[in-house]
Amino acid sequence: MSFFSYFQKKSEPTSAARAKERLQIIVAHERHRRKQPDFLPKMQQEIIDVIRKYINIDSDQVVVSLDESDHCSVLELNITLPE
Amino acid sequence: MAKIIVVTSGKGGVGKTTTSAAISTGLAMRGHKTVVIDFDVGLRNLDLIMGCERRVVYDFVNVIKGESTLNQALIKDKRTEGLYILPASQTRDKDALVRDGVEKILNELAKDFEYIVCDSPAGIEQGALMALYFADIAIVVTNPEVSSVRDSDRILGILQSKSRRAEQSLEPIQEHLLLTRYNPIRVANGEMLSVSDVEDILAIPLLGVIPESEAVLKASNQGTPVILDAETQVGQAYNDAVDRLLGKDVAHRFLEEEKKSFFKRLLGGK
Repeated sequence: MSFFSYFQKKSEPTSAARAKERLQIIVAHERHRRKQPDFLPKMQQEIIDVIRKYINIDSDQVVVSLDESDHCSVLELNITLPE
Repeated sequence: MAKIIVVTSGKGGVGKTTTSAAISTGLAMRGHKTVVIDFDVGLRNLDLIMGCERRVVYDFVNVIKGESTLNQALIKDKRTEGLYILPASQTRDKDALVRDGVEKILNELAKDFEYIVCDSPAGIEQGALMALYFADIAIVVTNPEVSSVRDSDRILGILQSKSRRAEQSLEPIQEHLLLTRYNPIRVANGEMLSVSDVEDILAIPLLGVIPESEAVLKASNQGTPVILDAETQVGQAYNDAVDRLLGKDVAHRFLEEEKKSFFKRLLGGK
């Protein structure tokens, strides 16, 4: 490493730091998904099918997630309706 | 009671078979009667790493199907006393490893051996699931590299939900992280995830760090488990890992770039 490259390095994070950051995000996301009950994807599909009877939506416009905190679980259903 | 150890990783090419050969040899060297089983049906390789490829007559699937006895299939290691190898089948279909059959063989082996080391195939298919299902201890082999770390986390999820211990709500599998192909110089330069980075992400106890080294290829070329090269860093790092596995408190080594002395540099020594 030359004398000047020492100064350049300071401005941007190292590639290893980027790797760690990306891994922390994806691993947290995947762990969260793993903890969700198996029925969730099927339930999501059925909800989509019901809504589709009345409104034309894409499947990615419905987000179902289950969050568990200390003493309660929250089932969140987020539907984006088309304009 | 025999202990079943699975050597697993999710990702291929990270050093599972090298580790299985090293750990099983290390356990046997310390006087524990050990058998190492190759679960990679279709892609047998443990026999080559252990240097017994020409002595394979019957394999794991033959025993499951009742085509040979367990004793006919077990290969006695010529170098290390108290070490046996059960090779994988090469030609049969992957689903040949049925759970009942695997369980029966493990139970039979448990009568004779102190440690049963299961060398898992890559992936999360039947062979990998069978290798980890009955485990008491898991060694998760990981390279300091994004895809390997992610796959290791996936495997940890499977150990915690799909293993026998998880399904029967028994005490969970003991998980150990073995970081392989570690290059302290690249870590110092910020080009490679450090031990603590990987520990932070996976959050399981560290069994050992195996430095990246030419010694591994050299050992596999010769069919000698690398742990027998006691003068190499890799051999020493694996020996430390086996000692830790047996409960000894051994400090981690080879985590930092070796400072070469002036004379060593002058002589081009490693």
